[in-house]
Parts: sequence; C-alpha cells; structure tokens
Amino acid sequence: MADLSVKLCGLTLDNPVIPASGCFGYGKEFSEYYDINILGSFSFKGTTRYPKDGNEQPRIAECYSGMLNSVGLQNPGIHRVIEHELPEMKKYFNKKVIANISGDKIEDYVYVASLIDKEEQVGIIEVNISCPNIHGGGMAFGTDPAVAAEVTARVKEVTTKPIVIKLTPNVTDIVTIAKACEKAGADGLSLINTVQGMRINIKTGKPVLGRKMGGMSGPAVFPLALRMVYQVANAVSIPVIGMGGVSSASDVVEMMMAGATAVQVGAANLVNPYACKEIIEELDGLITKLGYEKISDIIGVCK
Amino acid sequence: MIFTVKTNEKIAKDVYRMTLVGDTSKIISPGGFVELELPGLYLRRPISVCDVTADTLTLIYKVVGVGTDAMCKYENGVELDVLTGLGNGFNVDADTKNPLLVGGGVGVPPLYMLCKRLIENGASPSVILGFNTKDDVFYKEEFEALGVKVTVTTADGSFGTKGFVTDALDAHTYDYTYACGPLPMLKALYERSGVDGEYSFEARMGCGFGACMGCSIPTKNGMKRVCKEGPVFKKEEIVWQI
Repeated sequence: MADLSVKLCGLTLDNPVIPASGCFGYGKEFSEYYDINILGSFSFKGTTRYPKDGNEQPRIAECYSGMLNSVGLQNPGIHRVIEHELPEMKKYFNKKVIANISGDKIEDYVYVASLIDKEEQVGIIEVNISCPNIHGGGMAFGTDPAVAAEVTARVKEVTTKPIVIKLTPNVTDIVTIAKACEKAGADGLSLINTVQGMRINIKTGKPVLGRKMGGMSGPAVFPLALRMVYQVANAVSIPVIGMGGVSSASDVVEMMMAGATAVQVGAANLVNPYACKEIIEELDGLITKLGYEKISDIIGVCK
Repeated sequence: MIFTVKTNEKIAKDVYRMTLVGDTSKIISPGGFVELELPGLYLRRPISVCDVTADTLTLIYKVVGVGTDAMCKYENGVELDVLTGLGNGFNVDADTKNPLLVGGGVGVPPLYMLCKRLIENGASPSVILGFNTKDDVFYKEEFEALGVKVTVTTADGSFGTKGFVTDALDAHTYDYTYACGPLPMLKALYERSGVDGEYSFEARMGCGFGACMGCSIPTKNGMKRVCKEGPVFKKEEIVWQI
C-alpha cells in the first residue's frame, strides 16, 4: 500500500484526486454511484453572488477526445448554496470541500468569498478568474496580471481560509499571471480552466453552441494543460493543482511529476460517473509499481 | 453496465431498432433514457427507452450524426457500456382514463413502453403518430397489437391522415396527453389539446445524470435539467423557447 496522502495549503488530503468544479455539481449525483468520501476533496459548482440561469441552449458540443461547454456558471447563488447546498452536501461528504467562486465584478468575488469563508465545511476557496462562458467577468479577470493580482489581494483581505486562484490557459504567458497572483497573496494556483473553442454545424453553417464559443476540455487538452502546469509549478513556490483532461491514474502521475501537489478531474466524470473512483483505485498500484512509497515523492520529479 | 447488442435492424428511413441484453433492473419508468458509450466518441449518447424486459432493452433511434451513424453499424455481439435508469419518465399514475399519446418522428419510441404500462394500469389509451412522409412511418402495427386506436399523420399526406398530429386530435376522445416529439409539435399540441398532460423534451447533454448543467432549460419553476428533473415536464411548468 502506497501512501497517497498529500498536503495541500495546510490541509491533508487522503489522496490527490479532486473532482473539478462544474463537473461534479454538489456531489449528490455521484454519491448515487459510489461513496464519494473516498475522494481527496471536491470542488463544488462555481458560485456567484446572485443566482445565474446560465447561457442559451445548446451548451454542449463534442470534439475529438473531448467536449466543449458553454453552461455559463448556472448556479443558485451564494445564499442558497450556504442555506441549502452545504447542509445537503454534509449528508454524503464528510471531508472539507473546495468552494469555487466567481463573479462579474471584483466586489462580487469579495462578497461571495467573505460569506463562504465562514463555512466550516469549506477547506479551500478556489477563485475562478478564468470562466470563458460569462460576459464582462470571468476570464477577463484572468487574462491581465494586474487585474488577477487585484482580485487575489481583495479576496485575501476578507478571508481566513487558503485561497487558490484558478487560471485560464487562454493567455499568451500563463507564468506572468501565476506570478502576479502569488505575489498578491495567493496560497495556491489551480490550472487549467477550459480552452476557448468552437464548433460549426456544417448543415446549417451556424455555431453548434448557442453562445457560439465555449470551453474545451477532455483528454484532447491534457498535453497543453500538463505543459502549463509544468511551467507554472517551476516558476512559483506555492502549491499548484493540476487539471485539464485528466482521465486516468497515469495522467494524475504525469500532472504530479510536472509539479502538481493535487490533481482535479473534470470532464472524465461526465462520461464515466465512476472516473474518480477508478483513478483512486488504480493510483495505489501504479505508485507502488513505479517504485515509490509515497505519492508526495513524485511531485515535481520531472525537471 | 455492460450490454450486448442482440439485434439491430432498419425499421424506417434512417430509423433503426436495437435490442441489447443486460441488467435492466434500474429502468423503471417509461419515458426515461439510457446513455451509451460509443467506441471512439467522447460523449455518451442519450437514447430514449422504447421497451424493456427483465434482460432486454429495446432502443429506436434515427441516424442524425456521427454517434447514431456508428450505432447503426453495430452487429450482434458488440458490447456497450450503458448508464441506465436516467431521467424522470412519464407518470403512469396520472389521473386519466383516456390518455392520448402523441408522438412525432423519433419521439414515438418512449410512448410504446408508456402505452403498455397505461394499459396494465387499467387506462384506455389511444395514439397519434406523426411523421413527415410514408417512408418515415414506424410502429403503427406494434401499437395496434396492443389493442389501442392508432392514427398516423404524415405532413405530405402520403400515409394516413394528411397534416400534423394536431389535425388528428378531433378523431380521439381523451382527458390527458402524453407527448414526445419535436418542439414545434409539442407546442402545437400544448396550445390545441385543451387538457392537462406531460411533455417530453430533448436537449444536447453532457453527462445525462445531472452533473454538468449542460441541458438545463427554463421552466415556470426555474431552471431544470432535462436529464434529471426531465425529460418529461408537466404542462403547467413549461416555458416555450420557440
């Protein structure tokens, strides 16, 4: 038995596998397939100040080895999440969760962060400055180092829990953004969010997605994500959560060898509800087979 | 859950019936669907359940894209990973003696299992099946074999009553409707039927089990997931997007 535990921003996780925000809801649907307490943690659906209905249909498209979505952060808003979703979550998940928050304005991030910070179930606050699917906010905060730093600093001011900034790959130089967030006080970074993409229906000549463009995810983006995790992990001294197309235990190992302390799994959960369970089960044998006793020993071994 | 393809045959233009053998124990309500994992394609494909026995699942699908095109080539013995028991399904215990089942095109299949269950419940259903043209028509005989009145409409008049399903409403006596078909058909029925009912919707889905919010649509009670709170919605909660 290999030791799969990792330390992430002061929390000890039983294993590094964390379902990514937007691909796991609040966990309930997956708890009908397996006991989700086997997870290291999970990052729940992106939460905003006000309820959001999300974007027009269709919101889903397919591509080779992956998918695109333009859901647009559909969520019931922070108040409903605190009053209803968090107590519900307690019924099927007894570990600390990661609260993923988003906003249209910096004040919205501050508002949501200050409220979620008081919730005992929340171990880490993941600040999404990278959603490609909302107007006037989201990704706009994650493409400019000065703005990314400002969101980080303002959220940091009103929180006591560790904050992890979720970065977009849709930039020229992700390292600059990562360093700006670290300097502004981020306790960790998570990357990558989805890659902006598009599909066209050739019968109609129109975009497949109602919102024309969306965020691409799935195995197709894995090498791109791995490269960015490698670049960022080698440029900062705070922990990095790697994600982007992770679908197997071997992908988790690659992400960690690239420098990730923990790994999020997104789209894989949508095509196989047992994806994270299977990854965790395979991880033990794989780490042993690779000759390690502790998974934490593989973090950043790739130089 | 692994299912094995038993038969896969063409029953109308571009329309196929596939039977699969596997554990169907989670498939309870008519009007639900399954998600098939297809080799080489990333997303699963949601297909409504046409009929089910203790070990056999019947699906009817139309070839409309790469997924269904791959499906129509599967032969006896092909194994597929299938998520079963998805969606809310129709309420077979609705207060109705004479339900009218209205299906359009590939909206017809889920009404078959529904029709059988309603009969088992003591109701006397009748059926309207709408198609574009005679080459598209399927399952008229199968419904008739259940002993129910069936009216077929075709838009071009090449088979049955000329026109749309709503043109056949007067030929039926009914106190409730169950419907599945294209959005314009559902809306026309909603406006013309004059009785309560349940309408099955479709949407592009990511997961099919409620996780991704990809298929959410507005209803009078807020946003609802077609895959989880749906695909069947009660008449009074529908908000039309057309």
